[in-house]
Amino acid sequence: MHARAESAASWPEEIFSILQRFEVRQVPYVPDAGHSELIERVLGSSSMRGIALTTEEEGVALLAGAWAGGQRGVLLMQSSGVGNCINMLSLVQIFRLPFLTLVTMRGEWGEFNPWQVPMGSNTQGILELAGIKVLRASRPDEVREVVEAGAAQAYNACTPTAVLLSQRLIGAKVFTK
Amino acid sequence: MSKANLLDRRAVVSELLRDRKGAFAVGGLGASTYDIAAAGDHDRNFYLWGGMGGAVMIGLGLALAQPTLPVVVITGDGEMLMGMGSLATVALQQPKNLSMIVLDNEAYGETGGQASHTGGTADLAGVAKACGIADSRAISTMAEVEAFASSLQDVTTGPRFASAKIDGTNLERVLSSRDGTYIVNRIRGSIGHTPI
Repeated sequence: MHARAESAASWPEEIFSILQRFEVRQVPYVPDAGHSELIERVLGSSSMRGIALTTEEEGVALLAGAWAGGQRGVLLMQSSGVGNCINMLSLVQIFRLPFLTLVTMRGEWGEFNPWQVPMGSNTQGILELAGIKVLRASRPDEVREVVEAGAAQAYNACTPTAVLLSQRLIGAKVFTK
Repeated sequence: MSKANLLDRRAVVSELLRDRKGAFAVGGLGASTYDIAAAGDHDRNFYLWGGMGGAVMIGLGLALAQPTLPVVVITGDGEMLMGMGSLATVALQQPKNLSMIVLDNEAYGETGGQASHTGGTADLAGVAKACGIADSRAISTMAEVEAFASSLQDVTTGPRFASAKIDGTNLERVLSSRDGTYIVNRIRGSIGHTPI
């Protein structure tokens, strides 16, 4: 079980490898601390294009265009961003997109900031109401298999999927003066 | 509310797509999609019937995926206002093959003609320029539309943005397909992708 601490540093790297293996090309994102290592990896990659967004719904529309143009993508965002996407998630059903999003969770597991809790508590329900299958990874040693399963069902079966990366996995944000 | 000297929206879109070659055309929900349909159905027409505010981002995703082919987003002022942040996102990516044109009737024509912000204080070409799309302009003549139509074929000098004040008269709807899966798979088929 002590190996867990060692693998903790590398789960974003494992996600990056999975995205590479599935030939993901466009990676729209709104920054989140929990995604920072993966975003850096994407921005340094020659095969993927990291695309900074002003709001998460832009990423849903971008991925529709990418798919029409023959490329796969993945949307990286924080749980609060899911709320920003709601109407645009219509495109996922309408176009039957191979939609994959990786959502870092706030508003749970030791949260300090109450403003994160309403959206964090409803993230999974909102995604499911929008017709998106939800998977969750809470421990470093399960990230690889959960993200791999999510990518496989999204890209191979056009089954829209969100993988929630728990705050327990990422660590609650520490607010200090 | 017809005013003199405003451009005819169908004439504008027809000119934009007259000699489109391999270009993809993305229409915002509402009248711009009808305008694109009126110019003639095409397997690279990306008709939108919803997802308001998403037209430019769909164009960006397509443009990045197919950098050697022109992509033109043709949308309305209300749709563009809802997705204004996407102009900043486009500017950061600088897709050379992406062109965007707003058919600006200063109103929400599909919902009863309520006034939009562009009839008051908002200047979309100014917004695009301030976001970092250097080639951004307001156009008001068919000669300028013709010039924009030929420039959109150049996939090395974008992104470019234009806002054209058009006559706000609601025209007869020309209905495109509204089956999204069909629309997207037809576009994918046109560039050699088979269904999953």
